[in-house]
Amino acid sequence: MKVYLDNGATTRLDPRVLAKMRPYLTEKYGNASAINYLGQAAYLDLMEAKKRVAKLLGGEPAGVIFTSGATEANNLIIKGVALANQAKRKKIIISNIEHPCVRESANELARAGFQVEFVPANSEGLVTPEALRKIIDKETILVSVMAVNNEIGTINDIAALAKIAHQYGAYFHTDAAQAIPYLKIDIKKMGIDLLSLSGHKFYGPKGVGVAYIKKGIKVKPLMVGGGQENNLRSGTYNLPGIMGLTFALELAYKERAAYLKRVKALRDYFWQRINQEISGLKINGSMTKRIPANLNVQFTSIEGEAILMDLSHKGICVSTGSACSAANLQASHVLTAIGLSKNLLNSNIRFSFGRFNTKAEINYTIKALKETVKRLRSFSPIK
Amino acid sequence: MALNYSKKTINHFLNPKNIGEMKNPDGYSQIGNMLCGDQLNFFLKVRNGKIKDVKFLSFGCASNIATASLLTEKVKGMTIAEAKKYKWETVVAELGGLPSQKIHCSVMAVEGFRKAIADYEKKQKHSR
Ligand SMILES: Cc1ncc(COP(=O)(O)O)c(C=O)c1O
Ligand code: FES
Repeated sequence: MKVYLDNGATTRLDPRVLAKMRPYLTEKYGNASAINYLGQAAYLDLMEAKKRVAKLLGGEPAGVIFTSGATEANNLIIKGVALANQAKRKKIIISNIEHPCVRESANELARAGFQVEFVPANSEGLVTPEALRKIIDKETILVSVMAVNNEIGTINDIAALAKIAHQYGAYFHTDAAQAIPYLKIDIKKMGIDLLSLSGHKFYGPKGVGVAYIKKGIKVKPLMVGGGQENNLRSGTYNLPGIMGLTFALELAYKERAAYLKRVKALRDYFWQRINQEISGLKINGSMTKRIPANLNVQFTSIEGEAILMDLSHKGICVSTGSACSAANLQASHVLTAIGLSKNLLNSNIRFSFGRFNTKAEINYTIKALKETVKRLRSFSPIK
Repeated sequence: MALNYSKKTINHFLNPKNIGEMKNPDGYSQIGNMLCGDQLNFFLKVRNGKIKDVKFLSFGCASNIATASLLTEKVKGMTIAEAKKYKWETVVAELGGLPSQKIHCSVMAVEGFRKAIADYEKKQKHSR
C-alpha cells in the first residue's frame, strides 16, 4: 500500500484543479500583458483571479501579487520592505521558528547592515505577544511571524502580534504557507500588512504563490523587467498556475468544514492508537493550538532518518527533522527552539495528513510503524 | 537533497547482519558523532588472534546501520592485524557508494570497530 503522510511538504494536485488549469496551457495561452484578444482574455482572467483571492483572504485585489511560491513571496517582502524603507528604520524582527526562506532573507539583510532580532517561540512552539513586546521598539520596520509552523503545525495569534507591531509603527508580515484552509485568514480584521502563500500546500500547483502587499507599503522588487504586477514582480504572468492556485484556494475554503473534521478524525485516531500501542512517544509542540493535519512525534531511543527510511520502504511517506536527514547535519531549528534536549533532537517524525488519506491507509501505517519501531528499538544501545 | 542509497545499502539497513548484544565480549566500544548525534556500540570475540565474532548496536541513520552491518560481515574471520587495516573507503566501495553527506557514517563505523580492537588489546596486556 502507498500512503502519503507528507502533506506539509507538498500536496497532490486536486484533479478538479488540474481541469481548471488545462485550458490555460492549451487554448487560452495568451500573454496577459499583450493587447491582442488572446492576451486581453488572459488579462481579464488574471484580474478576476486577484479579485477571487482577495475576497477569500479579506484583502484588496490590488494587493495580490502572484509569485513563484512562498519562497519568492517571503524574499520579496522581507528584503523588499527592508530595502525600500531603510531611510526610515533598519530593524527587522522574525521568529526563531521561521521557514529557512524567511530566516535566510533576514540573514542576508543582517549581512547588509540591518539589525535583525529573533523573537523566540516558547516550549509549546508558540510566539507569544509578550515575547514580541520585549524586543520590539520604534526602530522596527517589519515584524514577520509565521501563521502556522511547518514542522509542528502550531498556530500563532497573528491578530495579537500584528496589533503590537502596529503600536510601534512597524509593518506586520505573516508567512501563511501552512495556514490554508486551517485558519480563516482575514487580512483586514487581523491587521495583516503583508502575507505569503504557496499553491502546492493546498492541493494547487507547484511554482505559484501569492505575496499580499497592502496598498501604500513601499517594496523594492526582486525581479525587474517588463514591469508586471505594478512593477513589483516582472515576468510573464503564469496563468495556468495562477488560475490553479485561485481555484484551489476557493475549493479549500468551500470544503473547509468537512475537510477539517476529516483530517482531525484521522490524525486523532492515529495518535490515540500509536500512543496506546507504542511506548515512549511524545508530541512536540502544543496539541491545542495546532492545525488538525499535523502530528510531530518523538520516538525515544531510535533515530528519525532510520524510521523514515524503514517506513518509506513500506510505501509510507513521512518527514523528519533529524540531523542525519539534513545535508548540513543540523537538527531541526524548530525542535531546537522549543527546547528539545540534544538526545531527543534526532528522534522525531512529522506525519502530515491530507485530503486524500483514508482510514485504511492510517490502519496500514499504524501496523507498519509498530513493526518499524520494534525492529529499530531491538538493536538500539539506548534503553 | 539527494539521498540515493544503493540497493545494497538499503538491504543491509533492512536486514542488518551481526546486530544485537554480546555477553562477555573480549573487546567493547562505544562511539558517537557529535554532529549528527548517531551512536554505535561494538562487541568482539577473539580466538587465536582472529575475529571469531563481532556484533553491534546502533542508534543511527540507515547508513549507520548498513555500514556497520557490512563492516562486521567483512571482518569476521580476519586476523586482528588484517581487521585493523580495514578501511572506510572499502566499506563505501563495497556498498556501491554512499551519498556524500553519509560518508562520515562509514568513518564512524570503522573507527568504532578499531576502538573495540584497541579495547581487546588493552585487556590482553592487563591480563598478561
Ligand atoms: C512555512 C513555509 N514557508 C515557505 C515555504 C516555501 O514554499 P515554496 O517552496 O513553495 O516556495 C514552505 C514550504 O516548504 C513553508 O512550509
Ligand atoms: S548521519 Fe551520522 S552516522 Fe549516519
